[in-house]
Amino acid sequence: MQCQECQKRPATLHFTQVINGNKTEVQLCEVCAKEKGYMSYPEDGYSLHNLLTGLFNFDSSQMKSPQGTQFGQHTELQCSKCDMTFSEFKRIGKFGCAECYHTFSTHLDPIFRRVHSGNTKHRGKIPKRKGGNLHLKKQVESYKTELQKLIVNEAFEEAATVRDKIKELEMQIRKKEAGEDR
Amino acid sequence: MTLQHFMNEAISPWMREDGPDSDIVLSSRIRLARNFADRKFPIIADNNDLEEIRDFFRNEYENASFRDYDNFEFFPIKDLSAVEKRVLVEKHLISPLLAKHGEFAATMISHNEQVSVMINEEDHIRIQLYFPGLQLSNALTKAFEFDDWLEEKINYAFDETKGFLTSCPTNVGTGMRASVMMHLPALALTKQINRMMPAINQFGLVVRGIYGEGSEAIGNLFQISNQITLGKTEEDIIEDLQSVVHQLIEHERKARTRLMEQSGTKLEDRIYRSLGVLKYSRIIESKEAAICLSNVRLGIDLDIIKNISRNILNELMVLTQPGFLQHYAKKTLTANERDVLRATLIRERLQLEEK
Repeated sequence: MQCQECQKRPATLHFTQVINGNKTEVQLCEVCAKEKGYMSYPEDGYSLHNLLTGLFNFDSSQMKSPQGTQFGQHTELQCSKCDMTFSEFKRIGKFGCAECYHTFSTHLDPIFRRVHSGNTKHRGKIPKRKGGNLHLKKQVESYKTELQKLIVNEAFEEAATVRDKIKELEMQIRKKEAGEDR
Repeated sequence: MTLQHFMNEAISPWMREDGPDSDIVLSSRIRLARNFADRKFPIIADNNDLEEIRDFFRNEYENASFRDYDNFEFFPIKDLSAVEKRVLVEKHLISPLLAKHGEFAATMISHNEQVSVMINEEDHIRIQLYFPGLQLSNALTKAFEFDDWLEEKINYAFDETKGFLTSCPTNVGTGMRASVMMHLPALALTKQINRMMPAINQFGLVVRGIYGEGSEAIGNLFQISNQITLGKTEEDIIEDLQSVVHQLIEHERKARTRLMEQSGTKLEDRIYRSLGVLKYSRIIESKEAAICLSNVRLGIDLDIIKNISRNILNELMVLTQPGFLQHYAKKTLTANERDVLRATLIRERLQLEEK
């Protein structure tokens, strides 16, 4: 069958429209169907986000409400900053603001794990200005692991140097934090 | 402002330079998603917030320059016509989603089109940087520098354990999507690409068509990008992506050699037929044009076709998209009219090459 619109390409799609009880049927090719607005463009179609919302819902079925009551609605988490509720978040698959991450924090790790291959902790870039002491803290952490290794290997002289570095960094962190409190 | 500058040329200035492995890798892109700490995300934000964010970008960065990126132009999306928006999407300067966002969305594009910032898309800020060929680490360094520059004036939404906070949980952490656009005609022709996809997915990477999520691969162009943004450093993500891309390049080159050895005449025939179609057809649909362009580009890479520049694929792929055709015609065109104009433009462009 030929496409009713262009009369050229074969009709591959069949549409039935019911408007006020009047039924009309059209046979169209994909190109014309798109052009005439019978079909949405790919970006409107099935996307990763649809899939995600599915994942969240799956998650919720396993999540037990803390009280285990039928009044789940009343105890629902709601973000104080943007009013987003947890069920709304699950429905649209998007956070409403940065604060949502804290508000829903107890329920999020299973979602992150599923989306990010089991990961729940950021290991990447720390913003320069905003990160503040974080850079120093990370450095201390890595020195501490190094220190452990050196002690196990009985390399005590080097361990002492690393220990001093840690002390110095911790001093810096304390100073900065004191400065921020003021 | 001079939107015209971005509308006239189908290929961006940075595309004119060859990058590493540019016989197979057309471009490398880094995208960073960022948000203001104290504002609701665009999806539910009040108009007031969105307006302030948009105006902040206009006031702070319009005509500003940073390193190689000179003279940022600022465009509110609502001031653009449907065709103008479409052209920017076809050039990958903005996303289809941004084009659909009305009132308070905006974009900021550097003069050389290497950096574009989308404002009030799914997140408040989406930074994009493009480089020719395969140069992900360089792209990452440059993206971080640009990111630091913006952070001087913006209080980012960042959390010690969760990283950069984004509207969608799929972007949280690094907020980074690194992607590489590859031309893989031999792997597609020998159907090897389908077999390789599951393996690629295992690395936490995805393969998509050239217009991103949900788009199909046209003209044997594939976009490979990372899926995971949390729990790995940006450098590690890029290393994984790079190693997969290197393998794909190697397989593609082998497949090309094998095709030439085993069925050279057949391949040559296919390439020359495609060139014939592009040179002489009067009506051509975008899908057929894409296939022919891919074959011709393969012919150029294999040194079968000489005297035509490699850029022809990138350029004509964009030039023959619906938005560009209508921009060129300066009016709305039906599908049939577009097919005619597409054939004309391709013919003219090829004649230009042969002079």
